Amino acid sequence: MTLDDVRRYLGAEVICCGEKLDREVTSAFGCDLMSDVLAFARPGTLLLTGLTNSQVIHTAELIDAAGVVFVRGKHPSSETIRLSIEKGIPLLATRLLLYDSCGLLFSKGLRGCSTVDLPETPREATAI
Amino acid sequence: MTRIDLEFTIDALDFVHAGEAASRVKRTLEHVGMEREVVRRASIAAYEAEMNIVIHSVGGTMKVTILPDCVEIVATDRGPGIEDIDLAMQEGYSTAPPHIREMGFGAGMGLPNMKRCADDIRIESAPGRGTTVRVIIRPRHAA
Ligand SMILES: Nc1ncnc2c1ncn2[C@@H]1O[C@H](COP(=O)(O)OP(=O)(O)OP(=O)(O)O)[C@@H](O)[C@H]1O
Ligand SMILES: [Mg+2]
Repeated sequence: MTLDDVRRYLGAEVICCGEKLDREVTSAFGCDLMSDVLAFARPGTLLLTGLTNSQVIHTAELIDAAGVVFVRGKHPSSETIRLSIEKGIPLLATRLLLYDSCGLLFSKGLRGCSTVDLPETPREATAI
Repeated sequence: MTRIDLEFTIDALDFVHAGEAASRVKRTLEHVGMEREVVRRASIAAYEAEMNIVIHSVGGTMKVTILPDCVEIVATDRGPGIEDIDLAMQEGYSTAPPHIREMGFGAGMGLPNMKRCADDIRIESAPGRGTTVRVIIRPRHAA
């Protein structure tokens, strides 16, 4: 999945670095706690968060994130955008909540950063 | 490359510049061609150390020494110190107040993250004085 696919699936607006939307996203991580991102996210991850301060950009840079999606209609300050342009990190914004954003991307095949295998879907759940 | 020394002054509650030191550490390590896994672990440890000084201390410094086969990070602050280091090392333990949590910190994962990234970590702290966290990161070659 590319960042441009992410943009389409989430009906997201591009805030900066739109020239990099052909970038491949290999996993995703949804969270509002930066230390959790640093602990569990993998390189190439798409970071989805409701936080918009400059620490999100620093965190994304440190984990080599493919890009950041701001959820819940949150918009970063011009300072955060300037920093992200400097670091070359694409920023998107969607009005969807975190759960819905993650769920939509998951349903399109984008997996998270869990290190354990996902349990098999129980039969009764698939037989609906 | 023989040896590179970096030193940063880190001010308490300076959220405008917080993260810049770790970013410089990452770029320097990439520039000297350090392997990716070491760059990643060292810059995450540097960031957690930097943020702990910003959030929990009255201010301090972070010194980073880069050698071909080793990165050392020494974060020192002037107080208030950590009362119970074992407790502080536990995942989920945090004294960060609500307004700090709203900024995305206070998961109580910073010190455990540093430990996970480090090949060696030493914390010295005395209440009323200050804290020094020393982290060593080496390439983890398969034996
Ligand atoms: N430099 C320091 N000076 C004083 N206390 C500290 C310092 N570093 C850590 N602590 C104490 O140790 C606790 C745990 O630190 P840790 O970095 O693991 O979590 P946190 O900073 O609270 O949250 P997170 O790092 O997940 O954002 C802190 O809440 C604080 O009480
Ligand atoms: Mg911390």
